[in-house]
Amino acid sequence: GPLSERRLMDVRLGELPAWLATCDFSPQGLLGGAQKAWSSYYDKYINVKRGGPAGISMLLAGYCLLSYGWNYQHISKISFLVSL
Amino acid sequence: VVCSVLHTTRPLHTTQQCLAPLPPLPEKGGEVRYGLIPEEFFQFLYPKTGVTGPYMLGTGLLLYFLSKEIYVINHETVAAACILSVIVYGIKKYGSDVAAFADKLNEEKVAKALAVKNEAIKDLETAIEQEKKEQWRIEGRNYLFDAKRNNIAMLLETNYRERLLMVYNEVKKRLDYQVAMQNLKRQKEQDHMIQWVEKNVVQSITPQQQKESIAKCILDLKALSKSAQAAL
Repeated sequence: GPLSERRLMDVRLGELPAWLATCDFSPQGLLGGAQKAWSSYYDKYINVKRGGPAGISMLLAGYCLLSYGWNYQHISKISFLVSL
Repeated sequence: VVCSVLHTTRPLHTTQQCLAPLPPLPEKGGEVRYGLIPEEFFQFLYPKTGVTGPYMLGTGLLLYFLSKEIYVINHETVAAACILSVIVYGIKKYGSDVAAFADKLNEEKVAKALAVKNEAIKDLETAIEQEKKEQWRIEGRNYLFDAKRNNIAMLLETNYRERLLMVYNEVKKRLDYQVAMQNLKRQKEQDHMIQWVEKNVVQSITPQQQKESIAKCILDLKALSKSAQAAL
């Protein structure tokens, strides 16, 4: 279909800048995009009859990676490494 | 908490879709390998690199991060390893029990909802039966009206006959009165006449006639006694 209505996974690599241009970057647009992403993740992995550990474990792993990324500066400081 | 905040921005009633009955929840979630990486990733790499592709990618990335010190090994690594091992052990050992418990809770909820639905269906069915029975009863209204008509006819007949009887009685009373009047009149006339006759007769008996009649009576008696004696 048209470029603006496709999801990120369906966009080919060469069309990525064009697709980014059609994106809505206003606060409402960003909020709507975040909400759509969360609801699609929620409906796929958490809102099922027989889920497993996968639903929340992926969220926890993402949180671990994010917090590691935020603290990388501090962790890699030599003073921190020596004090262990 | 996060999901409830974000769900308030969900658009309501913007599509033509009917929201009830809701489609049932999917049975199983998306496939995830090792609890961390979705199957789509492996399928995505399969055409180009086959089965071992993602594992090679993972190993390569890990070694790269370790060697370039993008991932530093410190006390947190040890802590993470211990925590992860405990978590994996816990999930492997008690996972099925927790799943069974959650399934049981779900079952109870579903059973309760189903019971409510069946209850409602049963009540409606009994209501339908009673309605049909009422409709069948209404078909007998002809008999009801016939009975009522008979009752009314009987009442009218009774009333009519009562009044007829009353009329007959009244008329008879008047006629009897007339008859009694005539009888009374005739009797009075008779009595009066008899009295008058007697009075006149008594008056007409003069003393002379009285003596003569007494003498005649005595003569008669003597004759009678004679004839009686003769008969003996």
